[in-house]
Amino acid sequence: MRYLPLSDTDRREMLDVIGAETIDDLFRDVPEAARQSGPIAGLPMHAPELAVERHMTALAAKNMPAGATPFFIGCGAYKHHVPASVDHLIQRGEFLTAYTPYQPEIAQGTLQVLFEFQSQVARLTGCEVANASMYDGSTACWEAIGMARRITRRTKALLSDGLHPHYVSVCETMAKFTGDTLATAVPTLDAKTDLDRLIGAIDGETSAVVVQYPDILGRIADLQPLADAAHAAGALLIAVVTEPVALGLIKSPGEMGADIVVGEGQSIGVGLQFGGPYVGLFACREKHIRQMPGRLAGETVDAEGKRGFVLTLSTREQHIRREKATSNICTNSGLCALAFSIHLTLLGEKGLRQLAELNHARAAQVAERLAAIPGVRLVNHAFFNEFTLELPVEARPAVHKMVEAGVLGGVSLGRLYPAAEQLRNGLVVAVTETVTDADIDALEGALREAVA
Amino acid sequence: MNQSGWRPAAPTQGPGDTGTVTGNRALMLEELLIFEIGDSETTGVDFEPAPQGADRLGGLARTAPIGLPGLSEPETVRHYTRLSRQNYGIDLGFFPLGSCTMKHNPRLNEKMARLPGFADIHPLQPRETVQGALEVINELAHWLIKLTGMHGVAMSPKAGAHGELCGILCIRAALEARGDARSVVLVPESAHGTNPATAAFAGYAVENIPANAAGRVDLDALKARLGPDVAAVMITNPNTCGLFEPDMKAISDAVHAAGAFVYCDGANFNAIVGRVRPGDLGVDAMHINLHKTFSTPHGGGGPGSGPVVLSEALSRFAPLPYTARTKDGVVHLVEEEQADDFAREHFGGPLASFGRMTAFHGQMGMFTRALTYILSHGADGLRQVAEDAVLNANYILRSCEDLLDAPFAGSGPCMHEAIFSDKGFAAGLTTLDLAKGLIDEGFHPMTMYFPLVVHGAMLIEPTETESKAALDQFVAALRHVAERAKAGDETLKAAPVHAPRRRLDETLAARKPIVAWKTPAPDADKISGRSEVGGQ
Repeated sequence: MRYLPLSDTDRREMLDVIGAETIDDLFRDVPEAARQSGPIAGLPMHAPELAVERHMTALAAKNMPAGATPFFIGCGAYKHHVPASVDHLIQRGEFLTAYTPYQPEIAQGTLQVLFEFQSQVARLTGCEVANASMYDGSTACWEAIGMARRITRRTKALLSDGLHPHYVSVCETMAKFTGDTLATAVPTLDAKTDLDRLIGAIDGETSAVVVQYPDILGRIADLQPLADAAHAAGALLIAVVTEPVALGLIKSPGEMGADIVVGEGQSIGVGLQFGGPYVGLFACREKHIRQMPGRLAGETVDAEGKRGFVLTLSTREQHIRREKATSNICTNSGLCALAFSIHLTLLGEKGLRQLAELNHARAAQVAERLAAIPGVRLVNHAFFNEFTLELPVEARPAVHKMVEAGVLGGVSLGRLYPAAEQLRNGLVVAVTETVTDADIDALEGALREAVA
Repeated sequence: MNQSGWRPAAPTQGPGDTGTVTGNRALMLEELLIFEIGDSETTGVDFEPAPQGADRLGGLARTAPIGLPGLSEPETVRHYTRLSRQNYGIDLGFFPLGSCTMKHNPRLNEKMARLPGFADIHPLQPRETVQGALEVINELAHWLIKLTGMHGVAMSPKAGAHGELCGILCIRAALEARGDARSVVLVPESAHGTNPATAAFAGYAVENIPANAAGRVDLDALKARLGPDVAAVMITNPNTCGLFEPDMKAISDAVHAAGAFVYCDGANFNAIVGRVRPGDLGVDAMHINLHKTFSTPHGGGGPGSGPVVLSEALSRFAPLPYTARTKDGVVHLVEEEQADDFAREHFGGPLASFGRMTAFHGQMGMFTRALTYILSHGADGLRQVAEDAVLNANYILRSCEDLLDAPFAGSGPCMHEAIFSDKGFAAGLTTLDLAKGLIDEGFHPMTMYFPLVVHGAMLIEPTETESKAALDQFVAALRHVAERAKAGDETLKAAPVHAPRRRLDETLAARKPIVAWKTPAPDADKISGRSEVGGQ
């Protein structure tokens, strides 16, 4: 039991100090019938480090990692290169093994990082303020709808057909219990986004319009007309960003009038990790700061007048407001926010732009190559690093055929929208800076085979 | 000023401080914000040149700068290393935050979570390429079910509070499925603030249940309130006074008899893991904070992970996606499309899931760490974990109760945490002063002012990974500071004097919130020119 420092002698001495005969005396408030008399049956006993490592390594070996194969999967999580110093720094024990900064005098490292993270997110999204992070993009999206409800005192939200279907599911699940009405739609394999439809649907009951940018098919469109229409009706525009690297190259939602910008920050600094932990981004206008869910780090001074940071505006939170809180969340994705912030600091304005340009140029190159395959049609007019193809065959089996050729060639829309006939042949392909010329050749070959 | 333009923000001298030109004190180095030391032209990464390609941005190319500062790699490493040194972590010393369970984080867990087979796989990869990851989820789920004596487990909730919501939504879905709309959730007043917030978010009215003089749920008051409008009772056991609820089975029986469900806040499961199965006590749903019981690091505030174990009555309502092994031995991620078939085969009825709580499968990185920890301990080691955690907490209770008021010391042994009050402190000195005094002694303070049922509460949780020597050193320091508080030593009001910062003005921060960097006027856009950056 290498993690337990007490010896049997220690235990005996401590029981004597306590005045207990046996350890079982300390569990005497547990009804006898509920006490386990020995280790729970059917579970293995403790194992040495080497044995555990062997077991876990064997499980890991059953997976096909993104870095070991031509890889083109996106749809809400992206493979980017993360500089080595990011992982090194987040593993420093003072970051890794700290708790929520409840004692700010000895948590300035975490608090300053969160303040810097908030500042970076605000600028990247084109908003004035941002919080210290949420669980992930999908939960942040739902929290944004709740925030719009509190601000507008209305309960009807319009969701764009380009919003990630899993995000839609999360919102629909929660809306069942809060009484919000959500108007949703399933996309078609069309280059044009549904902004006109949304503008037409906004009315005096609308709390918010939720639009993803770039959207699930990789499409991008100017959000300003939608923002104007929403504002004219007293509604808010919520923009969802699942690929924040895009904001290095394209206009931010904040610039185009979005009131709340939420997103998935995984793309910057955080690995794929099979879906989590990720880092939800949440930014908004300063005037709405007190309705924002989640934690906030704020600047202040100490007793000597030195600048310092604390958690602030906690009067919105569950530990004070209990059932009247803005959310029930009592944590954030601190370590992932740190990774995001370090990576973005390494990139800086210049590096982020270069990274975004590289992504876009690579994606444009791949789109052109794949669209030249007979029967394959490029759906998008405009995109950043992800686009949708209409294949001459169903995309789902095509993806599995590509796996047999050793290529992870994208996400079939049939997987994301199992009930939607019109999307069966849709394949969403993501291309990042990690893709090599050889990877592109492999993808093109595998897709040719799969659709032949 | 060094090459990067670094200058101290405000070199100041405290009382008795000889002062330095830089504001630094030997190994304790001041550090400006990235916005003050970085600029828009510097980057710490090199990229290959972008290939020539068509501009497919549809006229949406960004025209205005973002305003992001960049640092070179050495500057970046130094910035974050310096900041890290202004943080207290469990690697540095004793961290007895009650209810937070700050135990040692084994580095094997980190190493395993970083294997490319786990860290570098995408949640939407075809299932045949991620069988090992699904097995990790399945294996961990198996342990959680066995350790708790429950029927099923929802793995996707992303933190403890998210798990609470999951559990309450399962309860609501189960009630609705039997056409029994109920409107009230009962929550004892000692509960975490997340409990009432969760119930409210699930659409319930929240009513408090008082605690009795022994720090337990008042069983009579609870029974008196039960009725056809009550959907669930949310109980923390062991509770936030550090005590086991001996009437738990009676509570569960009464709640079930009234047609309601028992939600157990599992934040304190580490005190009973391997020794008590909550399923045997009649619990219907309980979240498990993997970061508390199974040592996944909390990273300065998260991520957490909150799988929810469920009774047979609730399992078929669990959120999608879930993971399970079928008869063919293949581990399946069950999503909407095949969930009906799966539910028929395994639950004997059609799908009744209340939906999806998060985009993907939950906190996979935490699952890998937790499973690694669990396999290292095994069934015997986990039982020892609970025993040592309880032993350590009682040792602290007995070592201090002659000096500090221990309101429930007569109510039986404490479980994983010991609670004291500020009774007997000199006028004007508070729990806060004692906590700040402990900082100067080199300890992270305990949880303060919680639970609310104890005046000036101090909730101390040592966990099982502290040695007797570490406990003895802490007890000596705690006794020393407590004696100062009782004697009216006013110098405590100035504590901490040795931390990177003295007491911080939280009122100012809330009254005039500054939560994002603003480029100081009048010389606009400081980050664009390195020569202009510097302290305020």
